[in-house]
Amino acid sequence: MNDFSSVLFVFVLATFIGLGVIRRVSRLLYTPLMSLTNAISAIAVVGSIVVTGADHPLTIRILGAVALFASMTNIVSGFMITDRMLKMFKKQ
Amino acid sequence: MHLIGELAAILATALFIFALHWMGDPKTARRGVFAGVTGMTVAILATWIQPEIVHHAWIFLAIIAGFAVGIPLSRVPLTAVPQRTALSHAFGGLAAGLVGTAEYFLWVGEHSAQLTPFRMGALVVEVILGFLTFTGSLMAAGKLQEVRWIPQRPVTYPGQNFVNLGVLGLAAALGVVLVLHPTAAWSGQVFIAIAALALIFGVLLIIPIGGADMPTVISILNAYAGLAAVAMGFVLDSKLLVTAGALDGSSGLILSIIMCKAMNRSFTNVLFGAFGKAQPAVAAGEQKEWKQESVEGAAQLLEQARSVVIIPGYGMAVAQAQHKVRELYDALTKRGVTVKFAIHPVAGRMPGHMNVLLAEANIPYSALVEMDEINPEMPQCDVALVLGANDVVNPAARYAKSTPIYGMPIIDADKAKTVLAVKRSKNPGFAGIDNELYSLDNTWMLFGDAKAVLGDLVKQFGSGGIH
Repeated sequence: MNDFSSVLFVFVLATFIGLGVIRRVSRLLYTPLMSLTNAISAIAVVGSIVVTGADHPLTIRILGAVALFASMTNIVSGFMITDRMLKMFKKQ
Repeated sequence: MHLIGELAAILATALFIFALHWMGDPKTARRGVFAGVTGMTVAILATWIQPEIVHHAWIFLAIIAGFAVGIPLSRVPLTAVPQRTALSHAFGGLAAGLVGTAEYFLWVGEHSAQLTPFRMGALVVEVILGFLTFTGSLMAAGKLQEVRWIPQRPVTYPGQNFVNLGVLGLAAALGVVLVLHPTAAWSGQVFIAIAALALIFGVLLIIPIGGADMPTVISILNAYAGLAAVAMGFVLDSKLLVTAGALDGSSGLILSIIMCKAMNRSFTNVLFGAFGKAQPAVAAGEQKEWKQESVEGAAQLLEQARSVVIIPGYGMAVAQAQHKVRELYDALTKRGVTVKFAIHPVAGRMPGHMNVLLAEANIPYSALVEMDEINPEMPQCDVALVLGANDVVNPAARYAKSTPIYGMPIIDADKAKTVLAVKRSKNPGFAGIDNELYSLDNTWMLFGDAKAVLGDLVKQFGSGGIH
């Protein structure tokens, strides 16, 4: 139970940091912001790596591999398209 | 090894927060991508080298497949960015749902002591949020892409909200049962039933939603995808996952709030209100005359103006007219006309959609002005050029209580000295509401595809027409 309360604690603090940081994001950049946060939340990939790579039954590993593929797609396309869009914003 | 994992997680967390911090200014924003990529790489490698990972080929193949699909997805035309975003929310939801399912069956089989009530509760939340985000986002992406077998128009039926809430409520009730009996003989079936109900709920949630609500819906789905990652973090006891998910979730939440405010609607109203529900045609008989202007006349008006405000909307994206807009912008600024773009927060199909399209056409971001900043200047504006925008410039939003757009903040195009409105056809806009702007004394209509009309306008400035 102790573990969970510390994770909950992290969640509350991270939400406050998130709200504070996101509030200051330039309104011009809401579309790239969404693709960037999407790529970041694909950190769920670490969960799928463990499920896929550890010595689990085959069906479990298949579920993990599909999840790993989905997260990896988000990471690659999310970061790449964010950069592609940000490159286009020029002041003059 | 464990220490490396912990340190990597802390480093990745810090880098992710910096990434978002740098998005505060277009000048530093690209650094944010670099920070994000670094954080992600560190986290992946630190997980991969853990001793319990033995099936390296599997991981390798899945990563390659991710690149194979991810790279083309990052190269879609910018007009397709809303559906790509919806699709990536779907992938995020799918990953959370699948990992949750895998973990549950793993623990129920071998380590049932792991299934504490708290963890089981987090698992239920993860699977419900993950799978409903998966199908909901797929539906949203399909609607945005105008896939043939997904109805574009909102689909509504009597008792819809009752059915929707019933499905979600049943899933939640089964979740409670599972928390109380995580390892009973029938628990596996209950788990699968919850997942199936969540998948169905995602579809039901999106079918009543129409195009103009997409910016809000995409933001809400973004928040769900983030929260699904948070729930996964609780299940796996991973602070890194919880933090990254919370960052994503709070971003989705803030964007949803901004979008809702920009439409003067509440969350529940967007999700359960069915915006596109056919409104009885408001006083259809007394539609006023629209005055049509020729391209030559419009070019003359623009040429003689000192300040022009262009108000883009979804119609500009549909017509792919952003590059022609740039040509007009160049032609006018060369003649000493001040040109600004007035951006309504919900113009387009996702937050920031117009900004990205105009930036793609090389229009400097200093010319893109938010609604609240441009409105006080509108009375001094000589020509307001409405380009494929409709509801966001409808003065009826100020007083017509019977219309669904009542109370929505609008760009005060009607206050400009002259209004030029480019419109594809004479049909009313999305919500089926007459736009009074078009029948004002100082409004002139230009009928036609935005790209073609702009092309003709630019030609007037180029060869001959106007000197």
